[in-house]
Amino acid sequence: MANRSGGRIRSISYAKYGYIFILPFFLVYVVFQLYPLFNTFYLSFFGNGSTKEEWVGLSNYQRLLFGGADRVASSVHETFLRVLGNTFVLWVGNFIPQIILSLVLAAWFTNARLKIPGKGAYKIIMYMPNIITAASSAALFVTLFGDSKFGAVNAMLINNGIIDALHPIQFVSGPTQARIMIMIIQTWMWYGNTTIMLMSGIMGINGSLFEAASIDGASHTQQFFKITLPLLKPILLYTVVTSMIGGLQMFDIPALYNNGTSQNSATETIAVYIYDNFLNANLSNYGNAASASVILFMITSILGSICFAINRDKDVKHKKSKKTSKLL
Amino acid sequence: MNMVEEKKNISKPKVLDVAVTAFMIILCVISLLPIYILIVNASRDTQNIINEGVSFIPRLSLIDNIKIVLDWAKNGVVKYAPLTGYRNSAIIAFSCTFLTVLFSGATAYGVVVYDFKLKGPAYTFILAVMMVPVQVTSVGFYQFMSRIGLTDNYLPLIIPAIAAPQVIFFMRQYMKSSFPLEIVEAARIDGSNEFRTFFTIAIPMMKPAFAVQAIFAFVASWNNYYMPSMILVSNKQHQMTLPMMVNSILSNEKLDEIGAKYAAIMLSILPVVIVYFIFSKFIVEGVALGGVKE
Repeated sequence: MANRSGGRIRSISYAKYGYIFILPFFLVYVVFQLYPLFNTFYLSFFGNGSTKEEWVGLSNYQRLLFGGADRVASSVHETFLRVLGNTFVLWVGNFIPQIILSLVLAAWFTNARLKIPGKGAYKIIMYMPNIITAASSAALFVTLFGDSKFGAVNAMLINNGIIDALHPIQFVSGPTQARIMIMIIQTWMWYGNTTIMLMSGIMGINGSLFEAASIDGASHTQQFFKITLPLLKPILLYTVVTSMIGGLQMFDIPALYNNGTSQNSATETIAVYIYDNFLNANLSNYGNAASASVILFMITSILGSICFAINRDKDVKHKKSKKTSKLL
Repeated sequence: MNMVEEKKNISKPKVLDVAVTAFMIILCVISLLPIYILIVNASRDTQNIINEGVSFIPRLSLIDNIKIVLDWAKNGVVKYAPLTGYRNSAIIAFSCTFLTVLFSGATAYGVVVYDFKLKGPAYTFILAVMMVPVQVTSVGFYQFMSRIGLTDNYLPLIIPAIAAPQVIFFMRQYMKSSFPLEIVEAARIDGSNEFRTFFTIAIPMMKPAFAVQAIFAFVASWNNYYMPSMILVSNKQHQMTLPMMVNSILSNEKLDEIGAKYAAIMLSILPVVIVYFIFSKFIVEGVALGGVKE
């Protein structure tokens, strides 16, 4: 601490360099992120398609959130509710298996009493799907699970007499089938990442706690539920919230896991909806897309501030523990 | 009594060891299976795939399939030209990586090394915007870019890489824990100016953090489908990135050479898979570090 206050006196004349070093970040951020964010807010008050130059006030929000008397408004409302619902269903459906699997794996990986040969290799292999281009993963699964009897998986099922050739399974176009497939792909992509995150959380727990518990005769299972889980709570909460923010942005897989010509309405997420609305040349519905973005922004801000609070809490604790260790 | 207990302790976990190991091996097989089948199918001719469905035995048609893929680009059947895609994705990914690492390092350095009035607010701002998703700004971003005529241009894909709040956060944490500020003082006494200190002393000392972030930035940029497909809106083949090209295979219903499709998908992931297996240990450690520090 003394060192720092001494440094402050010496570094007064260097303050301008601080600004110089952080200036490029702020310049670029303001132009390419902050201004576009405000621009999105601004565009959300304008119309759609042919009326995109017209000021319409809050009517986009009104239509998205509450619908309206005419058919267009109520269909906009229904679509918005559907994409929100899809996003939620797809997130829950990949998060629950993923967190359970990752917790178990992380507990095993960090358990010193388990003798598992080749731990490092397992981690590397389990993380690999995360590094593979999502667009290519989607393409791979679409091609493997093609709807027709020529799709590799359907062909295999037909050859083995599990299904008959007239009724191949609609893995890509079927609403439930496609949802399940996307959940599987997302889980496959992300469980390795979550496992490693949770592992580092578990390794941050003081090892002597486990020792003391096992001397007192606590079993593995007891230790997991009585020590690991409660102490892992902040990291778990953090994982849930970041995964939720990530889930709200789910785009690549749902956008590409379809028959290539039209979006499957059961797997259209909010990110896909926004993208289609402003980019599709036939639509250019800036108003709808922008107000949906603003709503998405509100939701993520709430989630983000939870994350922020967890982070700051950790930072404060970290500083405190450092201080005390210095004092000691 | 003691002996018995000890024996129990030794023998009991053994069953568990085997079970856990078996479970992990199964998971690894599941993780690798789609990629293995991709490689196998890329080596089979279309007729074979249609007749037999899933197979685990590689065949000999890989070269033929790749030739078909290269012919697509020549004949304009579909916008998938692997070499052009490699070039375009590499230009964007390398530029983004360079800018992200350099400027995030500089920003973190500015926040850690110097004391200035707006330091606190600046860092709080960086933390606050860390979670803002691209989707939220993309309508405004796209409209802005098309207004100033920068669509179908690489600049909007590359320049924003300068502002990467999450990377700054990571680098700041790293500097706080392993960059002694006394070194900056010492360099000043030796007459080094501030920028030289940053480039010749700080960057070499921060190499591990720079390397991890560089790998992540490269992979993230290479895999990005959302931004390029938005900005390169006209889908001109000579500009398209690999993920965009993969999408164009999917949206073409007339392609019936299934074997070649698999070969095309395989070619698109080849570079990241190679990068991954070279740096895998590093990457896994980086993810773990992020978990603690994020």
